Amino acid sequence: MALAVGCRARPGKARDNKTGSWRVFKPLYDHEKCSKCGMCRTLCPEGCINEDAEGFFDPDYTYCKGCGICAVECPKEAIAMKQEEK
Amino acid sequence: MMEITEGSHAVAEAVRLCRPQVISAYPITPQTHIVEALAEFVANCQLDAEYITVENELSALSACVGASAAGSRTYSATTSQGLMLMAEVCFNAAGMRLPIVMSIANRAMGAPLSIWNDQQDSISLRDSGWLQFYAEDNQEATDLHVLAYKVAEDHSIQLPAFVCFDGFILSHTYEPVDMLTQEDVDKYLPKFNPLERLDAADPISFGMYATPDYYLEFRYEMDQAQKRAKAVIAKAGKEFGAMFGRDYSALIEGYRLEDADTAIIAMGSICGTIKDSIDEMRAEGKKVGLLKIRVFRPFPGEEIAKMLSHVKRVAVLDKNISLGAKGATVMEIRNALYGSSIPVKGYVLGLGGRDVRKRDLKEIVALCEKGPGDQFYGLRKELI
Repeated sequence: MALAVGCRARPGKARDNKTGSWRVFKPLYDHEKCSKCGMCRTLCPEGCINEDAEGFFDPDYTYCKGCGICAVECPKEAIAMKQEEK
Repeated sequence: MMEITEGSHAVAEAVRLCRPQVISAYPITPQTHIVEALAEFVANCQLDAEYITVENELSALSACVGASAAGSRTYSATTSQGLMLMAEVCFNAAGMRLPIVMSIANRAMGAPLSIWNDQQDSISLRDSGWLQFYAEDNQEATDLHVLAYKVAEDHSIQLPAFVCFDGFILSHTYEPVDMLTQEDVDKYLPKFNPLERLDAADPISFGMYATPDYYLEFRYEMDQAQKRAKAVIAKAGKEFGAMFGRDYSALIEGYRLEDADTAIIAMGSICGTIKDSIDEMRAEGKKVGLLKIRVFRPFPGEEIAKMLSHVKRVAVLDKNISLGAKGATVMEIRNALYGSSIPVKGYVLGLGGRDVRKRDLKEIVALCEKGPGDQFYGLRKELI
């Protein structure tokens, strides 16, 4: 998308702000270890973790900032934080 | 029509003819007469504009930023410490790409306090993104305001502009000026037609924030607009010439430079004195010429290199000093002539209103021929 001259912007939603670009560490979810408790979704400050049809959870990397709260709080230690190369 | 008028009043009249819709300024010597005259025009219904009185320069330019974003042609004027108080807003106005035109009645920077002329104030804001025009006389100061609006408001540019003219030396001096008429200015300068503007019915924000993923590109775009301004100035300057008889299509001007051995480079009112001294030196058989810089931003580096290709030496006069380095102009000229063997010698002079006389210029040419450069000229040795 080309830049708007003078950094001019129309009003929009937080959804327009793709915060995934901020991420340094990427959370990787291991469904083998997951107990489907949903703690990660409850605690995610970005609200970007979704439940799939089987009841597993995965973050939307478009918005996940890589804060790592889900990985720290997961009772099954099913989430690993891996540094991303950009 | 020719008029004998004070520089500040000529500038105020030129601004009136440009029909600014919002003026906001704070009086400061030697700019005061311009804004006094404009306030009077508004009070006397000779100019249909909103004149916003404010508590300081930061507010003055901030008011212009808001008004310009809302779609008004805006104007301000300041100098020296007043400009420094505006510095933060200057960068914002340029970043938001608002075509505000502001007169700078050039004055020295304090401390020590000095109300007299040099060009340290506007030069110190050379990196802010504003176009910078420098006038040699009051005719140029008058004309350049009209040209500045035309260039700044061009949709391919959208950058604010300083029109700089030397405080007191021009601002308080009476000179004959061929004053423009409203009819002609209206023909030359159409109504302000911003690409986008603040509108409650269709909301938009100016100058939003840019993360590291975007900021670099915004600065690149501003630099590109500055570079495009060269061609836009050339076109608008030519049109000005066709309409008013004075052609400003060139960003630089030569005076007896075609066959010169020594070229003097300078900006502003000092160019008049230089021309007179060149005439005298020529009569004595010395081949000296002047290269006058009328537009400092965008900097006409390639144009200067081309015009100087035949000279044997260059003396650059700076009424400013980047302390700890050199004068701003001499650094630009060295950059422009990089790779050429022409010696470039810089002289810092005339700071804080110290007069530069014809005999000083002759002495500088002699110094330049002998060798030494990159020095302060005219230091009173008994004081240091």
